[in-house]
Amino acid sequence: MKNNRLAMLLLGMLLIASLVSACAAPVAAPAAAPATGGDAAATEAAPAEADAARPYIPVISKGFQHQFWQAVKLGSERAAADYNVDITFEGPATEAEVDKQIEMLEAALAKNPAAICFAALDTQAANPLLEEAHSRGIPIVGFDSGVDSDIPVATAATDNIAAAALAADKMAELIGGSGKVAVLVHDQTSRTGIDRRDGFVNRIAEAYPDIEIVNVDYGGGDHLRSTDLAKAVIQANPDLKGYFGANEGSAIGVLNAVAELGKEGEIVVIGYDAGAQQKEAVRSGVMAGAITQNPIGIGYKCVEAAVKAINGEEVDPVIDTGFFWYDASNMDSEEIAPLLYD
Amino acid sequence: MATAETTLTTGKQSIFRSSAAQKLLAFAALIVIFVVFSILSPFFRTPENVVNILLATAVNGVLALGVTFIITTAGIDLSVGTVMTLSAVMTGLAISIYGLPVPVGILVGVLTGSTAGLINGLVISRMRVPPFIATLGMMMIARGLALVLSTIETGTVKPIYFSDTPVFRQITMGSVLSPLLSPIAPGVNVPNAVLILFIAALIAAFILAKTVLGRYTVAMGSNEEATRLSGVNVANWKTAVYALGGTFSGLAGVMIASRLNSAQPALGVGYELEAIAAVVIGGTSLSGGQGTVLGTIIGAFIISTLTNGLRIMNVPQEWQFVVTGLIVILAVYLDILRRRRS
Repeated sequence: MKNNRLAMLLLGMLLIASLVSACAAPVAAPAAAPATGGDAAATEAAPAEADAARPYIPVISKGFQHQFWQAVKLGSERAAADYNVDITFEGPATEAEVDKQIEMLEAALAKNPAAICFAALDTQAANPLLEEAHSRGIPIVGFDSGVDSDIPVATAATDNIAAAALAADKMAELIGGSGKVAVLVHDQTSRTGIDRRDGFVNRIAEAYPDIEIVNVDYGGGDHLRSTDLAKAVIQANPDLKGYFGANEGSAIGVLNAVAELGKEGEIVVIGYDAGAQQKEAVRSGVMAGAITQNPIGIGYKCVEAAVKAINGEEVDPVIDTGFFWYDASNMDSEEIAPLLYD
Repeated sequence: MATAETTLTTGKQSIFRSSAAQKLLAFAALIVIFVVFSILSPFFRTPENVVNILLATAVNGVLALGVTFIITTAGIDLSVGTVMTLSAVMTGLAISIYGLPVPVGILVGVLTGSTAGLINGLVISRMRVPPFIATLGMMMIARGLALVLSTIETGTVKPIYFSDTPVFRQITMGSVLSPLLSPIAPGVNVPNAVLILFIAALIAAFILAKTVLGRYTVAMGSNEEATRLSGVNVANWKTAVYALGGTFSGLAGVMIASRLNSAQPALGVGYELEAIAAVVIGGTSLSGGQGTVLGTIIGAFIISTLTNGLRIMNVPQEWQFVVTGLIVILAVYLDILRRRRS
């Protein structure tokens, strides 16, 4: 009996080991694929011999499974290919897992990288490690929410406050400068959540005295919860004229709520970021428009800045990667279309 | 603890009596909550909002049905939320990527849940891994697999949309009841998701009360050793219970995919705790041997009614969590008090 169990345990471990080794190969491949592009044959042999010489830059993001982060990852991989550096891209599963991110940063430091790209979930928590990196001469480049300290040589980010203020201006314009609006945000603790909420709310307060914000709520970016939440808010405010969803999940939640209550066209919906559902809603007019960032640009610029810092070149401390308003009229334009991921 | 055990051994009759009292108690609580919110807000008591609450209960309610069986055996299932997500992604793969007919896709989703539940059951009954650990493992495995599978089409983690099969959304959001209801309540649109919840609940109630599986579920939870000694193949029946629980998660996966018109691979974490809360509020004892389907449905309604009502009242979300937490503790405490008295 005991032997049996031991044998099963060993068998299990063997299975897991073979599974991991089987998975490891295909995982590495897609990372290289977008980088190599057309001349796959030429670069294929290169990594093995160049490994030692190529600078290694870990990119530690705030997430990996959402499409926004996947777009940032794509950008950083493109920059890695263009500048001939090795990168790894990782991030915790949710934006609440500050501890997981710190572990990633510790592990990255242990690998003695040439530079680190970092989007802090919590700057205070990361500070001791950032100071260690600083004292060891490893340049830190912030991206997205950045790092709230003097240590980073540069930060590649969207100005979320200004972007949300633009959403507020558009909202005011579309509802005719007066009436009730509501705001649905992903959370009240992350930098992007705070900035987008404040950017929108403060702009309305300053510039549009006739617009009343009746509700600011948080749906965790979870599509289903955001939907039910927005429905309750619309139910409680039958004369609601506009609804701003401050990230993709929130915006989809608002869209679902409006559709399920049959209020398409009655409520002006403004979203944030892209994704196939949001794009379709903008195209069909159910969503008036949305703010898009430049996630590929964020990934690209942070790796680029890291390379420059490694080479001792001058780096702009603030790299504004830009934001844009898009609606049905301009979403297919050359300027906007490449920024909108599916 | 001692009191709990004595009630369990007092025989069949008292089990029925106490669960009836519990149902009454939970139902009274639901009525009180409903009346209070109705007095406080005119927007709460509209027929549309009642439909909102029903719809918001659907996914969590179906998850909680499965969990009811498992908790009745004195087990626990932490994997229901992510297994739901995995099932949603499998449905998406089947329908949107491999182009299988919608009914086949639904079957794939439901059976994915059954399979995950079956594996849970085998790990628990054959390998003797405690349910908490086995299903914790499955929770992570299902989450990972959902993310991995979502990359099949494009190489990056992304939702799978059901844009080419509009009928899929009708499964939960269409309304076969509307023509029947229109003479009594014109304009009230009860989505199919609500109907599915009630049919699933009827089936669950039937299985628990009228079948061998249901009887053994209760028996194993009351006294597993005695059940074994009376000649019941406990390992097999327990496996069946977990497979049944997984089947409900699979159904919930199809429902959430249909309602969101997309399979969101990053969703599902935290849903298991909400389902467990619904079961516990409904009077199913965590120490096993006692479970009621009606109680679970009422428990699920209490949670979604609270969430909806507090939101309509504009209570800040931070406090909504606090209130829901207090209700969970209070519900279980009342249950303990009642048992002490009897």
